[in-house]
Amino acid sequence: MSKYTMHILVCGGTGCMSSHSIEIVENLKKYIAKTGMQDIVQVLRTGCFGFCEKGPIVKILPDNTFYVQVKPEDAEEIIKEHIVKGRKVARLLYTDPTTERHISDSKHMEFYKKQMRVALRNCGFIDPTNIEEYIARDGYAALAKVLTMSQEDVINEVKKSGLRGRGGGGFPTGLKWEFAYKNKSDQKYVVCNADEGDPGAFMDRSILEGDPNSVVEAMAICGYAIGAQKGLVYIRAEYPLAIKRLEAAIHSAREYGLLGENILGTSFSFDIEIRFGAGAFVCGEETALIHSMEGKRGEPTTKPPFPAASGYWGKPTNVNNVETFANIPVIFLKGADWFNKIGTEKSKGTKVFALAGKINNVGLIEVPMGITLREVIYDIGGGIKDGKKFKAVQTGGPSGGCLTEKDLNTPIDFDNLIAKGSMMGSGGMIVMDEDDCMPAVAKFYLEFTAEESCGKCTPCRVGTKRLLEILEKIVAGKGTEGDLVTLEELGNTIKDTALCGLGQTAPNPVLSTLKEFKAEYIAHVRDKKCPAGQCSALLSYMITDKCIGCTACARNCPVNAITGVVKKQHTIDQSKCIKCGACINKCKFDAIIKG
Amino acid sequence: MGCEGCTNQLTESLYKKLEQFIDELPEKEGALIAVLHKAQSIFGHLPAEVQQFVAQKLNVPVAQVYGVVSFYSFFTMTPKGKNPISVCLGTACYVRGSDKVLQAFKEELGIEIGETTKDGLFSLDALRCVGACGLAPVVMIGDKVYGKITSKEQVKSILNEYR
Repeated sequence: MSKYTMHILVCGGTGCMSSHSIEIVENLKKYIAKTGMQDIVQVLRTGCFGFCEKGPIVKILPDNTFYVQVKPEDAEEIIKEHIVKGRKVARLLYTDPTTERHISDSKHMEFYKKQMRVALRNCGFIDPTNIEEYIARDGYAALAKVLTMSQEDVINEVKKSGLRGRGGGGFPTGLKWEFAYKNKSDQKYVVCNADEGDPGAFMDRSILEGDPNSVVEAMAICGYAIGAQKGLVYIRAEYPLAIKRLEAAIHSAREYGLLGENILGTSFSFDIEIRFGAGAFVCGEETALIHSMEGKRGEPTTKPPFPAASGYWGKPTNVNNVETFANIPVIFLKGADWFNKIGTEKSKGTKVFALAGKINNVGLIEVPMGITLREVIYDIGGGIKDGKKFKAVQTGGPSGGCLTEKDLNTPIDFDNLIAKGSMMGSGGMIVMDEDDCMPAVAKFYLEFTAEESCGKCTPCRVGTKRLLEILEKIVAGKGTEGDLVTLEELGNTIKDTALCGLGQTAPNPVLSTLKEFKAEYIAHVRDKKCPAGQCSALLSYMITDKCIGCTACARNCPVNAITGVVKKQHTIDQSKCIKCGACINKCKFDAIIKG
Repeated sequence: MGCEGCTNQLTESLYKKLEQFIDELPEKEGALIAVLHKAQSIFGHLPAEVQQFVAQKLNVPVAQVYGVVSFYSFFTMTPKGKNPISVCLGTACYVRGSDKVLQAFKEELGIEIGETTKDGLFSLDALRCVGACGLAPVVMIGDKVYGKITSKEQVKSILNEYR
């Protein structure tokens, strides 16, 4: 990077690439070439900056200017004004929603102020396809340090850091390594679980796309610690960009002697292969994942034996998630004592969340454990979209539950979330507002788990189907109060009896919404009303006296349920109405209401 | 894992290609999923005869191959359309109305999830999270991502790009 004096970083994450960031890169390069500055100004496609709401993002170094919502046609102005004349392009700067002032440096933005980047430390800073940029930011220094330590010391350092698995369960990572280390075998395996299947979560993907080398380095460290020579990354085939960047990182690491035989001149040898998943949520469970890597159906088996004793092809295997691995090099660079000062008593470090839903600042955030939901939603997230009222935040995806207004001041950590009937999960955080119907949300998650149930154990295979059927009945307005009792009983039974994590947590979205939003369920089954106005079967449409009789609604009603004379208030025949909402969309006078 | 031939034709030369891939595998044990990925990228889908071929070459029962094909959502036994449409049903898209977007595609194309239009132009699927939640609700057609889809008119104009 030495000869360049200016760098233009363009976000190459999936969200920004969908908004044409590749064309932005091409245009920037084109205009730089026109000015003849191509030897001084470098254009880089980096990993995700996190502020997806305002993408595509373009950042200019060394002055740290952060341009938002850049379009390919803005490239010319950026080069001509900023790069050549040194004048910032004001219209592309971020505007603070409260002060309405432009902010050019991201560290002054509310979105970034409370964040702390450990796992995402390199995302958005380096070119993920260039191993030298990773090395320039202390990459592989942790591995070099580890290779001078004893295996026990490495494991003790991870134990001391207090790092817990980021894939969902929160099991202490150091302890897991120790189990695999203590099981003697001629062959052991390190597995990276990159089979992110949680709908609404994309942190693992962002790490692999933005900083693949950190995972490669951490896997080698783990290999050394437990005595494994082979690493396997199990990754979703639906993540083509992450696969490409990971393959490139593995390839360069081999070229640089950081993978392969006798790494850095030591007797330690380690190499990594990639295995493709094929779309099965249950494969996030480690025994199912191992079976899938063996080419079989991804069905879980009972534990024990744990993979640390008998995993891939019966050999001791240590499985960690992408984000867990991304934390490892930092722990060795800055020390376990630095890491264990971040967070709460039992949850150390940071957590990456995919913050999405009805929130102003959608994006990928990393926050210290112990931050409150209020800070995440209102400070970082910028509050609820369109000034609506906050209703709930769903964490832990299909295995988690909903937290409500009263939980806003709860510090986020593994144990607090479980105590509240939800869980950390892999890090999906979906914000919902007053328009979201909770029984419908529960149904949405159950559709997912019922479909993803592998079918091996009865409680999950049959139980999730029955839960789903009852929820379908409720949102269709055919539920009874007895159904609510059944939901709870059945949910608890599945929780107690299912074989693996998927089944045991599948009822959580139902049980938690039932607990927190009982009144809403009762409104559905007893009053046949949907308070959020989402369940079409429970709505009725009415024309108010705002109607001027323009006939637009009547002409657009597909079932001719609306009648009336021109210039007179119209009426809807409720027996004919199919509640499609076409009339509301056509009415220019807000004269039709639903409720 | 793009589609190399994707003509959905089962010609002999394509079988040769798959056979070569299998023969060059260093280890056949445990390679079934990798082989099926390759087969689907060659043939575009995995009909019964391709599964039989794979079973024979890897020396495993056809039932085992079928068991794996039917288990994973990525594998398909029916040919996809020329322009495969995937509507994101991740939670972020769901709370921003992706169920209505899916409905609009179903009505506009006259097909259900997992089906292909008669002219072979479009097939419709649902997927879970593209990772572009800032653009929710999101639809992918081929490799192209369309974001912030809010109306039926938008759905129509997107489809018209391919018609």
